[in-house]
Amino acid sequence: MMTNDGLALAPPNAGAEGAEHEKGSMTLMNMVGALNLALDDAMRMDDTVVLLGQDVGRDEGVFRVSADLLDRYGDQRVLDTPLAEAAIIGGAVGLALYGLKPIAEMQFSGFAYQGFHQVEQHVARFRNRTRGRFSLPMVIRMPYGGGIRALEHHSESREAYYAHTPGLYMVIPSTPRNARALLLASIQSKDPVIFYEPKASYRAFKEQVPDEPEVMPLGKAQVVREGSDITLIAYGAMMRPTLEAADELVDADGVSVEVIDLLTVSPMDTETITTSVAKTGRAVVIHEGPRTCGIGSEIVARVVEESLMYLEAPIRRITGYDVQFPYFAHERDFLPNPTRIAHAAREVLDF
Amino acid sequence: MPRKQIKIKPKVEYLSILDGKGKLDESLDPGLDDERSVALFRLMLVARRIDERCINLQRQGRIGTYGPCRGQEATHCAATMCMDPEDWVVHAYREPGSFYHRGWPMETVLRFWGGYEEGCQPPDGVNDTPIAVPIASQCLHAMGIAWGMKLRGDNHAVLCYCGDGGTSEGDFHEAMNFAGAYHLPVVFFVANNQWAISLPRDKQTASETIAQKALAYGFDGLQLDGNDALAVHVGTTEAVEKAKSGGGPTLIEAMTYRVSVHTTADDPTKYRSNKEVEKWVKLDPIPRYENYLIRRGLLDQKKIDAIDEGVLAEIAAAVESYESTEETNPMDTFDYTYDELPAELLSQRQEYKEALEREGLAKTS
Repeated sequence: MMTNDGLALAPPNAGAEGAEHEKGSMTLMNMVGALNLALDDAMRMDDTVVLLGQDVGRDEGVFRVSADLLDRYGDQRVLDTPLAEAAIIGGAVGLALYGLKPIAEMQFSGFAYQGFHQVEQHVARFRNRTRGRFSLPMVIRMPYGGGIRALEHHSESREAYYAHTPGLYMVIPSTPRNARALLLASIQSKDPVIFYEPKASYRAFKEQVPDEPEVMPLGKAQVVREGSDITLIAYGAMMRPTLEAADELVDADGVSVEVIDLLTVSPMDTETITTSVAKTGRAVVIHEGPRTCGIGSEIVARVVEESLMYLEAPIRRITGYDVQFPYFAHERDFLPNPTRIAHAAREVLDF
Repeated sequence: MPRKQIKIKPKVEYLSILDGKGKLDESLDPGLDDERSVALFRLMLVARRIDERCINLQRQGRIGTYGPCRGQEATHCAATMCMDPEDWVVHAYREPGSFYHRGWPMETVLRFWGGYEEGCQPPDGVNDTPIAVPIASQCLHAMGIAWGMKLRGDNHAVLCYCGDGGTSEGDFHEAMNFAGAYHLPVVFFVANNQWAISLPRDKQTASETIAQKALAYGFDGLQLDGNDALAVHVGTTEAVEKAKSGGGPTLIEAMTYRVSVHTTADDPTKYRSNKEVEKWVKLDPIPRYENYLIRRGLLDQKKIDAIDEGVLAEIAAAVESYESTEETNPMDTFDYTYDELPAELLSQRQEYKEALEREGLAKTS
């Protein structure tokens, strides 16, 4: 499959374990390498693309996502900025208004709130309020989520804030291959994208990633494992424990499990979710962020609106609780794990 | 181990050219040509008359809340006149003369105050950002646009408006800091109208001047008499020329006064005295500049009346055009939220359309 830009589209199951990949040269890499590859693709193919943020140049990003880019593209395209989130986002607004394609990096999502007002008041609104005269094709990348024994403010998952703001795409990859394809698609998008990177997955595992540029459509969820008894719905770093739970349910209980990776949290791909739950009649939703008004709340609401009569059991949510994310001594306890997910799935199956 | 005063290179100056009665300080005469001099007068009159008309329209319920610029006409009219079409003007919300000069149809701006998003749509080819309601957040966009100019090697500049209240916002300071650090071609123009709704300037900051805040960011500040159209024009022209010749940013503090209400929803008698207002009314920028032009022999009462008549006729036509424009399609907001309508929004759009049709509210298409 090719896009209008002549880029290969990722096959539907890219990222699923054991997925067959299209032929062509591939390289085994982790998510940091894959994100770096996407940035390099974008900067090579389009000289209006600029990268800006704290420590993105000489330091190559604190997670090294922008490795080698300063050397390759120079300091007029890889812009080390002073320490100010609002200025990085608001400056990117100005760059985009002037016709450049900025990719802004927030060092951690926990610090993006100092620029949140720019997202809510301007990034998300410019197209609508100028009735299309201006649009803001820009990406705001930020690492999110727990699991790396980091200090306070480095572990939260607040994707729901961005999903609540109309005019944004909220994208969260889960594997190296889909991270590369989704980031490239986000950079090419005509709309602003909040790109949440699951930092617990940055270096946790490797995957074969095509050497040729590849994109995946924004706004589409993927069925990464097909099954008929229950649907597990997750995204980002929660895909790994969810797939592990699925393995356990299949191996130990002989259950047929379908797993959906949202990939784009907002605007949400309702159809993939409701079609699956109409088939299985049972669902568990998994995310790290707090439960109340979380992405899971929206998923459950849509299933109830669209597929209520197919439901065989109440839907369960395995999520972060409605408390602050604990300091790292207890983060392993707090984060949803395969055992907790499988337990909830069994309760739903036994209902 | 000395202990001594640190000398800071950037400087802060004060500039005024016309006195309170419009008498020229000839040593500072910029030699502004006749045509441009009269055009500036007309532009200030446009701002004054739009303002008066909008307040009436608001009182009659024909537009919504309006934020007047009375008393501040010299600031934005004289400053925006310094910008070329390739330059960018980043607006706050009290600059009707600026929009007019840059080529925004009057009825477009009326549509903003009338509650329509179309009022924020710049005409094709006009490099302006629309009215910005949040305070000072537009300063970062101005900085970003100037950054783009520098990265692309374009010899243009950005003029950015905000008010004295805005100088307390973090975005103002972040914009100034980035602009200084990257040496960007941007002029930050603070219309210091002495009041941020009910908070007076002396409670906004302990700084003696707002202009001096530039020093902290490594560039020059200029405080000028913002009710002196000539001083505003000279100060801004110099700052823009400096920006275009690689001299970096400038912060201009234009000393003016919000003679009218903050918005039509405000009652300033709660927080300030009439005596103070009267003092500033005497420094009204329009008669001062008018007197100057009369002295120069460029205006007389007959010419003034003719200009005024033309301005009023143009405004009347714009109001008529605004009020006779066909009602917009409420579906537009769905169609302009994303480049392509996502499936979820498509179904919400349909739901909204059906509801409006059922309820007999706005016409849809």
